[in-house]
Amino acid sequence: MNGVHDMGGMQGFGRVMPEANEPLFHAPWESRAMAVTVAMGASGQWNIDLARSARESLPPAIYLTSSYYEIWIRALEQLTLERGMVTASELSSGQMQDPPRPVARVLKLDTVDAALAAGSPTLRETGSPARFAIGQLVRARNIHPQGHTRLPRYVRGHTGKVVMVHGAHVYPDSHVERAVPPFNTNAEWLYTVVFDGPELWGDDADPQVQVSVDAWEPYLEAVL
Amino acid sequence: MSDHHHHSHGPDEPSHLSDMDVRVRALETLLTRKGYVDPAALDRIIEIYETEVGPHNGARVVAKAWSDPAFHDWLLQDATAAIASLGYTGRQGEHMVAVANTPQVHNMVVCTLCSCYPWPILGLPPVWYKSAAYRAKAVMNPRGVLADFGVTLPEQSTFRVWDSTAEVRYLVLPMRPPGTEHLNEEQLALRVTRNSMIGTGLALTEVA
Repeated sequence: MNGVHDMGGMQGFGRVMPEANEPLFHAPWESRAMAVTVAMGASGQWNIDLARSARESLPPAIYLTSSYYEIWIRALEQLTLERGMVTASELSSGQMQDPPRPVARVLKLDTVDAALAAGSPTLRETGSPARFAIGQLVRARNIHPQGHTRLPRYVRGHTGKVVMVHGAHVYPDSHVERAVPPFNTNAEWLYTVVFDGPELWGDDADPQVQVSVDAWEPYLEAVL
Repeated sequence: MSDHHHHSHGPDEPSHLSDMDVRVRALETLLTRKGYVDPAALDRIIEIYETEVGPHNGARVVAKAWSDPAFHDWLLQDATAAIASLGYTGRQGEHMVAVANTPQVHNMVVCTLCSCYPWPILGLPPVWYKSAAYRAKAVMNPRGVLADFGVTLPEQSTFRVWDSTAEVRYLVLPMRPPGTEHLNEEQLALRVTRNSMIGTGLALTEVA
């Protein structure tokens, strides 16, 4: 989706504002928001791409005026609502009115450390050979999917060079096809593709800038 | 009469934080009552990122790479395995790549699409990393971003920006500061800042 989350190359946001001696959390609710988001992610009722899709599907004005933990919480409300795990009435009251839905997993205290240390690797075996090789020129396809995608707008239509091949990874665009498990975990070859600054930003751009994205094979086409 | 308040103020006004406080409390309470989350597990998640997992992990990786040529080479060839050998694995660091700064090339890491960040070695991202300003500007004007951080590099430096659009997470291996030849790994780690491992800063030439 060509959403406001796809920010690379946008202008008008001003300078980057690092905060001296920044605290890990700026309010107690931020730490709870982080933890509840991580714990609910472990429920297995959605996957990371569905979570990202929920965040970037928030109304654009909300997305742009919310802190990142607020974006997480608003998306978490949507993810649980859409699956019938909570109701709007329950969310506004904080009171349970309907019985819980079954979930794949509940992250308990004694499994937190192991779950975080294991993570969720996305590398998969694949039977198909990689279509592109290191050093090859490729073009990011000029595509505008309605749904979730991880090909940023600023590289679409531009030519770059493959500099890394990472194996086949779960493909985000199809990972969101099913809202509930079992998910489509189809994997596609993943490449790091580097673009020269002027190729992306025009002749006036800094020629000493190079930018790479990690792009799945369906995002790319050969340059003949 | 409902006790719900319907505020019309904007997100930057002071009462907004308490709105979020109420909202998150209500959500956590509800999810707990439904049995979807274990509050003790939430406490432990917070404790891990407050006390155990943070940029000191990454600093140890960098200090070892500066000190141990075999580890340096391993880190650049297979960062996931090299970093795991120090005990740092898992969520948001499943697939690691390390990129080394040189006198000619300065690396910078961004996630333009969301907030992807290498949690096992850097912990939770700072607010600026998730900000629209950084995500917008890093891929177009990294030299300007560095200036926002008060850092200037020689004119001839090449900027290499890594937009982490997939599940690969990047660690910048900063250049070892001059005059640190006599330092051991623990001392070297104190020269490694979080920002130097993202590419918005440099390693410290003296201890802060």
